[in-house]
Amino acid sequence: MASRLPSVDVVLVGFGWTASILAQELTDAGLQVLALERGGFRDTVPDFATTQIQDELRYAVRNELFEEPERETLTFRNSADQVALPMRHLGSFKPAAGAGGAGVHWNGQNWRFLPTDFLQRSHIEQRYGKGIIPADMTIQDWGVTYDDLEPFYDKFEYLCGISGEAGNLGGQIQPKGNPFEGPRKRGFPLPPLKRSYGTVLFDKAAREVGYHPFPCPAANTSQPYRNPYGVQMGECTYCGYCEWFGCGNYSKSSPQTTVFPVLFTKDNFQFRPHCSVTRVLLDSTGKRATGVVYVDAQGREFEQPADLVILTAFAQHNVHLLLLSKIGKPYDPRSGEGVVGRNYAYQITSSVDVFLNELVNPFMGAGALGQAIDNFNGDNFDHGPEKFIGGGYIALWTTGGRPILQHHLPKDAPTWGSGWKKSMADNYLRSVSIATHGSVMSYRDAYLDLDPTYRDVYGNPLLRLTFDFHDNEHRMSKFLTDKAAEIAKAMKPRDMHVKQREGHYTIVPYQTTHNTGGAVMGADPRTSVVNRYLQSWDVPNLFVVGACAFPQNAGYNPTGTVGALAYWAADAIRSQYLKKPGPLVST
Amino acid sequence: MLAATQQAPRFCSLSDAIRHPFDFVRMSFTPSRRRLLKVALAPAATVLPLRFVPSAAAASVAHPGQFAYLTPVEFTWVEAAVARLIPNDELGPGAKEAGVATFIDRQLSGPYGRAETWYMQGPWREGTKEQGYQLKLTPAQLYRTAIADVDDWCSRNGKRPFAELAASEQDQLLHRLEKGDPELARAPAKDFFEMLLQNTVEGFLADPMYGGNQDFIGWKLIGFPGPRYNYVAEIAQYGKRYAMAPVGILGRDGRRVKEA
Repeated sequence: MASRLPSVDVVLVGFGWTASILAQELTDAGLQVLALERGGFRDTVPDFATTQIQDELRYAVRNELFEEPERETLTFRNSADQVALPMRHLGSFKPAAGAGGAGVHWNGQNWRFLPTDFLQRSHIEQRYGKGIIPADMTIQDWGVTYDDLEPFYDKFEYLCGISGEAGNLGGQIQPKGNPFEGPRKRGFPLPPLKRSYGTVLFDKAAREVGYHPFPCPAANTSQPYRNPYGVQMGECTYCGYCEWFGCGNYSKSSPQTTVFPVLFTKDNFQFRPHCSVTRVLLDSTGKRATGVVYVDAQGREFEQPADLVILTAFAQHNVHLLLLSKIGKPYDPRSGEGVVGRNYAYQITSSVDVFLNELVNPFMGAGALGQAIDNFNGDNFDHGPEKFIGGGYIALWTTGGRPILQHHLPKDAPTWGSGWKKSMADNYLRSVSIATHGSVMSYRDAYLDLDPTYRDVYGNPLLRLTFDFHDNEHRMSKFLTDKAAEIAKAMKPRDMHVKQREGHYTIVPYQTTHNTGGAVMGADPRTSVVNRYLQSWDVPNLFVVGACAFPQNAGYNPTGTVGALAYWAADAIRSQYLKKPGPLVST
Repeated sequence: MLAATQQAPRFCSLSDAIRHPFDFVRMSFTPSRRRLLKVALAPAATVLPLRFVPSAAAASVAHPGQFAYLTPVEFTWVEAAVARLIPNDELGPGAKEAGVATFIDRQLSGPYGRAETWYMQGPWREGTKEQGYQLKLTPAQLYRTAIADVDDWCSRNGKRPFAELAASEQDQLLHRLEKGDPELARAPAKDFFEMLLQNTVEGFLADPMYGGNQDFIGWKLIGFPGPRYNYVAEIAQYGKRYAMAPVGILGRDGRRVKEA
């Protein structure tokens, strides 16, 4: 029997980016806010101190900052006719555990989605006709527009101190920025990072073949920065240890470096680590959440009552919790009915490794130090002649040159022996990689539900992922990869290794932690779990925040949009819900 | 003998002791003193071939209990394998000289070897390759099982144990394991080879404090200067070689090994 604790105004489930933003905003509104986190507390000092953090084996290879499948994982299959099996260790994606969530270990690649991304179905149908969308593709509009979110993108960028070059200021295209981006009201808070040699060579080559390269927006600070909450960050030192690591230099935006120093001084904020939430509790009507149940580090079960419950865990964990709590109608792929677990999506990536004569010193870098082109993202180009929809950016990132995981070898290099050794010696300092980062649409047969066999450490069914790449995505990715190879050729390399993504989706090699969907937002309760304010259609005092709300995935890293949505939801709660608790959108 | 119960001193690389069994017995506890002794004693080992063959096998027998997980026979097996995967050649020392067998031994004795963070609940069944690792064996168990299986296969095919084969024969067998052939009795050859190669590369290129990459052998080969905190002044010096000698997390001494 769970012990019942004193009630709070707001309970947040999971304590990463979205929870930190909501906690900051809702405590500002005077609410008592409690954040529950399955992992422990972590901070710049001592956890990410430069005397220990730059350890590739410990953090990038042995996954110390991430969730442990031993406690909680998911099962996976490519299609419904297979038996799903557990992801026994991390591979394709790496969700976090611990305070700050994946906001600790991300690279800091911080984008806005395109205005047309939010109108995925209506825009495509309008421009190309309904026929271009395959029958099993279940894309939909977001129910929120770029213009709605613009002020909240801005808030997140100024929270983080994003380094970048505006490409569209109030409709005026700026020569040095991304000419395809949506209009922004003001420029980035900081100028772009210094350029690495690789990004300079990419920039030149991309211009030569007629594209529009620009510096990628980076949550790595190019200069000292004080954010609107008064929190100070320092200049990035280009040490090359962003992705999979915490920053020891206060230079990568994370909840720790942008929010915690203010949030943790507030009397109306509480943080409770090592609490794994297993259920959202409902009253007898099933239309009101009364709180959550969690298990602490000692295995004790507690009931935490709250007036407002906000799910702020990683995308698929929010969905898992909804399914376990029986909130919303689970998606049924046979009938196409139901919503919880529907429209899971991912991204499709590929790369072209480029072997140069020049010495490029790959170990000098930063997680979001890159030069990109956006000519082939979203609907920035005419899809009419192509047999697909969607797109992605093409970028040369110089995130770092960690030797175990970030070395590149030519296609014909031996995998071991003297030949491997020679190839390592010849190529490590003289290679870069061009990445393509492509969208994945949602489909009727890509979804999340509960596994019938495997259970987690708390005895609950694991989440089951059924997903594969479709022809549309393979064609799109091939198109992007060809463009990347075209730029690579213009770099006049000694050798190139084109790594096209082919065949089935696999859970094994790391690809990206940009898992989306399963609790999508929208205008229609028959095709969405939450309304445009991320409020549950079924349980109005429950909000579900994160990339699980994306109805399909775009060709950008999701964090900028996740941050904007967190601010957007916080604003709706403060300006609308608290004044009149209840549904913010009538059905 | 004394060495059998001798504990490894704080800054000693275990592989060091194995290559030079004498100085391990007599060495001082300071790294610099140990190095002097090593230089002085190394030739001595070669003049006593009858009692002390200067091979890992002999050393292993002389020093049971020095390994964190592997048995002496298994250690010798791993050392022989990594010496082929990343050989000592005209480009310089390889994985054996870098202490990669010690690295693997230490990794297998820890959370990685025990698959401590992995989901290891049944039911167990074979999956598609897209579903990834589905063996009931932890990495430590996979090594133990596969090493015995390979030597067993050697013996059934009229060959000497793997570690005693000629280098060319070892290469041949490793190539076959990589392709998942021969069929081993209990462990899938391909999974084992994949893990062995991955761990070998890890050991060769990880920070020396884990026991491999001793003296920054791996990093020097490729030109990685180790974890450094600041390239603000250098990042825009395009095409210029970064000339600083490697450092590790424990400093400039590429032989400092973290206590397990």
